[in-house]
Amino acid sequence: MSTSVTASPAKSAAPGLRTPRKKHTPGKPKRNVLLTVLMALMVLYTVVPLIWLIINSTKTQAGLADSNGLWFAHDFALWDNVRDTFTYHDGIFGRWLLNTLLYVGLGAGGATLLAVLGGYALAKFQFPGRRAVFAVVIGAVAVPGTALAVPTFLMFSKMGLTDTPSAVIIPSLVSPFGLYLMWVFAAEAIPTELLEAARMDGASEVRTFFQVALPLLAPGIVTVLLFTTVATWNNYFLPLIMLKDPDWYPLTLGLSAWSSQAQTIGGDVIFNLVITGSLLTILPLIAAFLFLQKHWQSGLAAGSVKE
Amino acid sequence: MRRTTSRILRGIALVSTLALGVTACGGSDDDSDTKAVSAGDIQAALDKGGDITVWAWEPTLKTVAADFQKKYPKVKVNLVSERSGDKHYTALSNAISAGKGVPDVAQVEYFALGQYSLTKGLTDLAPYGADKLASKYTPGPWNAVSDGDKVYGLPMDSGPMALFYNKTVFDKYKIAVPTTWDEYLDAARKLHKADPKAYITSDLGDAGLTTSLLWQAGSRPYKVDGTKLGVNFDDAGAKKYETVWQQLISEKLLAPVNGWTDDWYKGLGDGTIATLATGAWMPANFATGVPNAKGQWRAAPMPAWTKGDKASAENGGSSLAVPTLAKNKELAYAFTEYANSGAGVATRISEGAFPATKAELESPAFQSKKFDYFDGQEANKIFADSAANVASDWSYLPFQPYANSIFNDTVGKAYVSGTKLADGLKAWQDASVKYGEEQGFTIQK
Repeated sequence: MSTSVTASPAKSAAPGLRTPRKKHTPGKPKRNVLLTVLMALMVLYTVVPLIWLIINSTKTQAGLADSNGLWFAHDFALWDNVRDTFTYHDGIFGRWLLNTLLYVGLGAGGATLLAVLGGYALAKFQFPGRRAVFAVVIGAVAVPGTALAVPTFLMFSKMGLTDTPSAVIIPSLVSPFGLYLMWVFAAEAIPTELLEAARMDGASEVRTFFQVALPLLAPGIVTVLLFTTVATWNNYFLPLIMLKDPDWYPLTLGLSAWSSQAQTIGGDVIFNLVITGSLLTILPLIAAFLFLQKHWQSGLAAGSVKE
Repeated sequence: MRRTTSRILRGIALVSTLALGVTACGGSDDDSDTKAVSAGDIQAALDKGGDITVWAWEPTLKTVAADFQKKYPKVKVNLVSERSGDKHYTALSNAISAGKGVPDVAQVEYFALGQYSLTKGLTDLAPYGADKLASKYTPGPWNAVSDGDKVYGLPMDSGPMALFYNKTVFDKYKIAVPTTWDEYLDAARKLHKADPKAYITSDLGDAGLTTSLLWQAGSRPYKVDGTKLGVNFDDAGAKKYETVWQQLISEKLLAPVNGWTDDWYKGLGDGTIATLATGAWMPANFATGVPNAKGQWRAAPMPAWTKGDKASAENGGSSLAVPTLAKNKELAYAFTEYANSGAGVATRISEGAFPATKAELESPAFQSKKFDYFDGQEANKIFADSAANVASDWSYLPFQPYANSIFNDTVGKAYVSGTKLADGLKAWQDASVKYGEEQGFTIQK
């Protein structure tokens, strides 16, 4: 292994003797056996389930039962599975996909919009109670959504909103973490001087926001959008307690309902469709990450280096 | 029939159950539905038409609902079928406690009926004429849906128990099909010795299986009389069960696989789980879940606890019930009767459901049905025999879903640590009693 040739970090960090630090250029990163091993484990941990998912979505129910999980069965039924996934139960999977898109579009989209507006205001405007807002937001980041699910259910139930799409969309609109991220990002990414210059030139606050601030916030917006999209796309617990009508299920609930058919007397066992459906469910997320990757990375690095 | 219960769901179910209790205490002043509803009233409702919502996962109900709408064109049946098990009860309890979105008809398994009937969550169907249907059903299911002169649902299917065994595996190792539980224990040893990867069955703690086996062994742990309760796992029947099952556990003769998971289906398919003592509804699950093992499996009568004893028990099975908050009770009852007592029964049996009605169980057409999956065996004869031998004096707790949810924390320990099964049952008993007291039941010692 070539990694073992490099000087180990323990040697180079001899006490008292500050060896001149090596220059690390992006083309020649420093090597570290421990980190490499940890990284390899990480890759295994994340990639093996994905490989499992891809391999097993090519099997029929019978193939699933009598073949090794990490290799193909004698039958290749991927296309049949995809077709069956979309046609089973009068094509309800398609409906669930549209529901998920609706919840993500309105929920995650709305959450991002609110986070951008709020984060910008908190970062760039002085007003009484700012510290209190800060405390509330930080506190809210610490509260897991699961803990709020039951109180939210009871509240929505009083308002007569349960079992409607708004019961899933409205709670998704609030993303304390997104707000916090936008706040920090806006504070770093928009020089106050720039805003002052815009104001001096006579631009209204609205125009300043849209034409000066918003373009600078783009990487942050993409980051928050990704986070809220993933959170809403994968949300299981909130829709589980809010929705009863399967016509309004998101994909997560629908797939779990299909999976639990196998645990039911007389139920149709369709693990093959559950697996194929799961694969289809993560494809849009993977696509989103690949397409938005560039913006996302520049967003994470912003403000880390003083020019 | 037990699934791995997520702790969160269990918490939700608990919250809902409590809320349900509160609602029942607060709003029990509507005892107005005790007046009789004549057949004419129901016919008038059918002629007038309307919408009813049915929450049921039973797959054959789809055809039944379509037929029902064809017969009564003014009635629209909205069949909601994606939920089952725990999630179904969570949703039902939530809807009842919220007082909104309650279905007109709900599928409720026998073990869960008590929870809803006791909190007045279900309509007494006797005034609608359900009390006259008693003689149509086998005693086990009817006993489960009725309480004195009240009827809280109509039996939809039943689960008289049988022993399903993998004939290919049994033939391979020349093991005789056990007729008593002692022989079963011997078969377990012989099989596991011949093939260390094979087990006689899988069990990691399943409340439904344990209660069914206790039922068959003659144990009657639960005594329920209104709000008076007794829980006692210390009788002769329970001793018989403990003795055999303790040896199966201690000698590691049970596959460490949770029921109803993909591993379990896999085990049933590849011969590493060789038998299954369960309800007569299992053939349908075999056919869709383990299609590759077609021809390998057969049905046999349940092993007896004492040689020659024919006693059997029920495992699973469910009813259709009409919640108290249902909007259109006449139509709801009409549908329930159609599906579970009328023309729907034949439809459901033809699609593979196992009946709870005597006439169908005894009919020659039903008994001589050849099961392709079992290589042409006329398995219904065994199931019908079992149904006739189910003792009818068994009762579940009024909070059996809760009790089942704590089974793995109590009895389940015997499967994973050195705890004795008897101690596990004692712990389950204590926890059930404690919960019962908290719910306001009087506990009889």
